[in-house]
Amino acid sequence: MPDGLPDKRMSEEQVVAELRSGMTLGIGGWGSRRKPMSLVRAILRSDLTDLTVVAYGGPDVGLLCAAGKVRKLIYGFVSLDSIPLDPHFRAARQAGAIEAAEYDEGMLFWGLYAAANRVDFLPLRAGLGSDVMKINPDLRTVVSPYGGDELVAMPALKLDAALVHLNRADAHGNAEYLGPDLYFDDLFVTAAERAYLSCEEVVPTEELGTVHPATMRISRAYVNGVVPAPNGAHFTSCEPDYDRDEVFQRAYVEAAGDPERWAEFSRRFLDVDEAGYQAAVAELRATGATR
Amino acid sequence: MSDATAPTVAGDAAAATRAEICVVACAEVWRDAGEVLASPIGLVPMIGARLARATFAPGLMLGDGGAMLVSGTWAIGEPPPAYEGWMPYRSIFDLVWNGRRHVMMMPSQIDRHGNANISYVGSDFSRPDVQLLGVRGAPGNTVNHPTSYWLPRHSTRALVERVDMVSGVGNDTAAAGGPGASRFHDLRRLVTNLGVFDWGGVEGTMRTLSLHPGVSGEEVAEATGFELGAAESAEREIPETRLPTEEELRLVREVIDPKGVRDREVRS
Repeated sequence: MPDGLPDKRMSEEQVVAELRSGMTLGIGGWGSRRKPMSLVRAILRSDLTDLTVVAYGGPDVGLLCAAGKVRKLIYGFVSLDSIPLDPHFRAARQAGAIEAAEYDEGMLFWGLYAAANRVDFLPLRAGLGSDVMKINPDLRTVVSPYGGDELVAMPALKLDAALVHLNRADAHGNAEYLGPDLYFDDLFVTAAERAYLSCEEVVPTEELGTVHPATMRISRAYVNGVVPAPNGAHFTSCEPDYDRDEVFQRAYVEAAGDPERWAEFSRRFLDVDEAGYQAAVAELRATGATR
Repeated sequence: MSDATAPTVAGDAAAATRAEICVVACAEVWRDAGEVLASPIGLVPMIGARLARATFAPGLMLGDGGAMLVSGTWAIGEPPPAYEGWMPYRSIFDLVWNGRRHVMMMPSQIDRHGNANISYVGSDFSRPDVQLLGVRGAPGNTVNHPTSYWLPRHSTRALVERVDMVSGVGNDTAAAGGPGASRFHDLRRLVTNLGVFDWGGVEGTMRTLSLHPGVSGEEVAEATGFELGAAESAEREIPETRLPTEEELRLVREVIDPKGVRDREVRS
């Protein structure tokens, strides 16, 4: 690169090759919003297994559960937003197929923040009095050394790797979001040993921050890989580039309810590479289904 | 449910429906709330929050379902007229933990002491009978700022002696959780399709504040999975939930919910 910085561009397959079974993976986005779906799809096609997944969950979690990739899930919810619950997540939970650590959404935030700041825990009020304390038997409280309340000591949620999807990035890993909410993508990236960022568009560095400097929330200091992935968040939303594909999301949910239809859905959309996926989505759209 | 249409409001506006009475009862939870974020879950509370701000709670802040705060009064399903602020999730937690919010959540189960469950149904967390949403923000909400609940179908399935999982903290669990849990814990009201309730009964248990017009105490007792505490004065008859004013009905019907989505949640 002319500016002497490393070119971190790589493919989804190259990212997966850097991951290992048994790792703790953090996945950015929120519900069915700006999820790094092309990276998730690449994991589905891989041999990776036995993963611990930390997420404000959406179809990323559902798909990984359906593929048997998840050993343990750390979450506050798993939702498709316009559809309250992901069907694969529900099925996996009801079958007792995954270990679950359910936390208040704010506890998840605090756990990531603790990991990002390299402290063992951060204190907070959320969780006290609730059964979150019972279903997470390792969770401890901490007495204020200043005479105040006893609070929850939310442990750091250290990640081996983080996967996030942003609107634009340069080849070095500086990235910006252009939608209404960063969610907790910056914390996922900072809480992780290694971070991989997919994006709608890789642009020259000088084109970042032209809308407003506050959009530039991911620094190359934390990023190990940049994956050019146009439409990579599909079928979740990636505002302002595109909204959630509600038609596709409904098709996903309907297929999930029936083994035969799920096999057909998998054959058409998941047993293919990312280019094949995008072609199948385009074909579906061309045959009359609209967003 | 008995009588679908409540008596007419003072004046000659068409009779208020049960859904409209529920809208006003939900709006009432935010009366005098001041400059706090109202976070209504569900259609009737959403209409109620907008009505409250348009009338007796002008200081309320309301979101667009995403990261924006909206100013003015606008219709369900329509784009907002203007924005007054930006509140991404990161800022929401700042606000929740600071206490400047009053949420109205929709529980799958809620019990005598005000514990609420949105996580799962069953007796074993590792293998639920029915997985629900997950606790979401309920544990943090309930120990940090005022909380009310909305239940569009008052039934023994929802109003249970003891919830399967405490997602939203009740009065007994807040007390058991110590000062850290109880300091800002503030359960306000439960509005259902049958009446308005709070947890001001003996030892913080649930009691009836009012019944919607046409609803009997027996009907409520039958649909409740535990014994309701007596109102503060057993000798006094439980009052009727107040009716919407003409202006409130106009705002609900013409401005906030012209498409009538409120009837989807509460059948007349």
